[in-house]
Amino acid sequence: MSDNSLLPALPEILLLAGACALMITDLFVRDERRGTSCALALGVLLACAAGTTFVLWGTGGRLVYSFNGLYVADVMSHVLKLGAYVAVAAALVYSRQYLLDRGLLRGEFLTLLLFALLGMMVMMSANSFLSLYLGLELLSLCLYAMVALNRDSAQSVEAAMKYFVLGALASGLLLYGMSMIYGATGSLTITEVSKQIGTLSRDSTQHTFLVFGLVFLVAGLAFKLGVVPFHMWIPDVYQGAPTAVTLVIGSAPKLAAFAMAIRLLVNGLLDLAGDWQQMLAIAAVLSMAIGNLAAIAQSNLKRMLAYSTIAHMGFMLLGLLSGVVGGNWLNAADAYAAAMFYVVVYVAMSAGAFGMLLLLSSKGFECEQLEDLKGLNRRSPWTACIMMVLMFSLAGVPPTAGFYAKLAVLSATVNAGQVWLAVVAVVFSLIGAFYYLRIVKLMYFDEPKHLAPVAGDAGFRFLLSANGMALLVFGILPQPLMTICFIAIKSL
Amino acid sequence: MVNFETVVFYLFAAILLGSALRVITARNPVHAALYLVLAFFTASAIWLLLRAEFLAVTLVLVYVGAVMVLFLFVVMMLDVNLERLRQGFWQYLPLGLAVGALMAAEMAAVLYTRWSGLAARPRALAPDYSNTKELGRLIYTDYAYAFELAAVILLVAIVAAIALTLRRRKDSRSQDPSQQVKARRADRVRLVSMPADKDG
Repeated sequence: MSDNSLLPALPEILLLAGACALMITDLFVRDERRGTSCALALGVLLACAAGTTFVLWGTGGRLVYSFNGLYVADVMSHVLKLGAYVAVAAALVYSRQYLLDRGLLRGEFLTLLLFALLGMMVMMSANSFLSLYLGLELLSLCLYAMVALNRDSAQSVEAAMKYFVLGALASGLLLYGMSMIYGATGSLTITEVSKQIGTLSRDSTQHTFLVFGLVFLVAGLAFKLGVVPFHMWIPDVYQGAPTAVTLVIGSAPKLAAFAMAIRLLVNGLLDLAGDWQQMLAIAAVLSMAIGNLAAIAQSNLKRMLAYSTIAHMGFMLLGLLSGVVGGNWLNAADAYAAAMFYVVVYVAMSAGAFGMLLLLSSKGFECEQLEDLKGLNRRSPWTACIMMVLMFSLAGVPPTAGFYAKLAVLSATVNAGQVWLAVVAVVFSLIGAFYYLRIVKLMYFDEPKHLAPVAGDAGFRFLLSANGMALLVFGILPQPLMTICFIAIKSL
Repeated sequence: MVNFETVVFYLFAAILLGSALRVITARNPVHAALYLVLAFFTASAIWLLLRAEFLAVTLVLVYVGAVMVLFLFVVMMLDVNLERLRQGFWQYLPLGLAVGALMAAEMAAVLYTRWSGLAARPRALAPDYSNTKELGRLIYTDYAYAFELAAVILLVAIVAAIALTLRRRKDSRSQDPSQQVKARRADRVRLVSMPADKDG
């Protein structure tokens, strides 16, 4: 494939065509046959997965640029894209019944979901500040609208407003940072920026501007990742959005945010690692502290999981900031692969946990309070068992994948000589284990409020079980996934 | 060295900042909108200084000519009470200004000693150089990908706006053209044969 071939972007092209086709087709589908549109969306995802596999096979994992260097296809982008397809497909299956019950399963939801995925894919394959920013805006715009889709709920609309205003502010910060870096290097292409920085001396004027821009860049990035001190939107948005949309926000976009961090900081600004690692260290420690401590005080499950997200993203940052030690990046691939493993596992855990809330909700009933889980074991032992695996994995109890993810990140941190950071991370993980284990206690040792059996169709229950089991399998046999992450990072 | 262009730049920059500040502090919403027009206008003047004529003209045409006129209409017609929306604005303004000034001072402190080193000025261009042509060439070749993405973002904006605002009211009445076209005479007109009046 030549550099100007459009073939590497085959998945994006398929998705764009598919989303537009879905938008038109859906106009002719009656409300009671909305399942057809859902199946069509799953078909589009399948086609994209085939497209990505084809490109991966065609390029043999080589780095391929396209669209004049605005687009890059490497193994990391392929792996993250495949992960995003699975996460979005899971979100579709999990949320179908919930949305049907509430009259929200309209064509617009599916269209916006697919366009959001397109935004994520553009971010994962961005090799220019311009395409990265456009992908981010595409993703965010879809998410803002999806949060507000339930127009009759004042809480949803308020959450969407907060998300929109703060998101616009963060985009402004990010753009300001990018403009400074453009000013210092004279290029928007990430590989070119990296090359230019290599030629600058540390006390040149341009270098001052680079670091100045970097501060704003990291601030914008921290907002999108949802780490302290740019985390204020997360609890309100997670709680206010319909649970199905919370599931969407809490899963696949994290992969895109990770890709964005890698593209900006590692691909573009690795030479400034000494500067951004310090900023990430502060954000990581604060996120783990505030996320875990605030989650204990929550009685609302969605809000609790929101604070848990903040803590987990803080933990993931530990992997990103342990790559370069004193200008030497021998450990970099290990550390970044650990962070990637962490974020992939986190997406699986988050999708499962919110999927569980969707399973336990029914028409006219939202399962979102802690006490709604009381005595779940008496109502449905298997559901309770899956939930227990999810909670153990979030808490980082062996032999689940959450444990191995934490272990990999911690060993990268220790290898980088940041022992105190590792100690802080372990202490806050222990504190955090309390609120995950409290859920297990509620499910197994408390009396249920009612004994209604758990509903949910076969496909949903099967996928949720597979989701829980996958966390066990990746916990016991982490090596294949870890190897994939390592190859993906190596391909950068 | 201070030349005429620099003086003009600082003049426009000062007007731009001042009018932008008035957009958020003006009590009358119509005044705020008009200050926004002034801000756009000065921004386009600064672009002219950078020799980006096409962008400057587009900014005036699109934002001042279309968007702001629409905006003014809405502001005038809706009769929104901005003062009520801005409750707390004046109360928090001193604190906000203090924090903003502190941040600006810190940013200035980082960059101040260095800024003079970056006195890059736009190159003198050939007389037949066309900004518009260059822009068109770039958008449709080098940046075609970004251009397409911007189009997708606009599409999403349309979908989102319709999804969030369109409400089908149950009691609204509408015409269905296909039904109207299908109507035959027999559906509407009933011919009744009546005996003729004998006594006429």
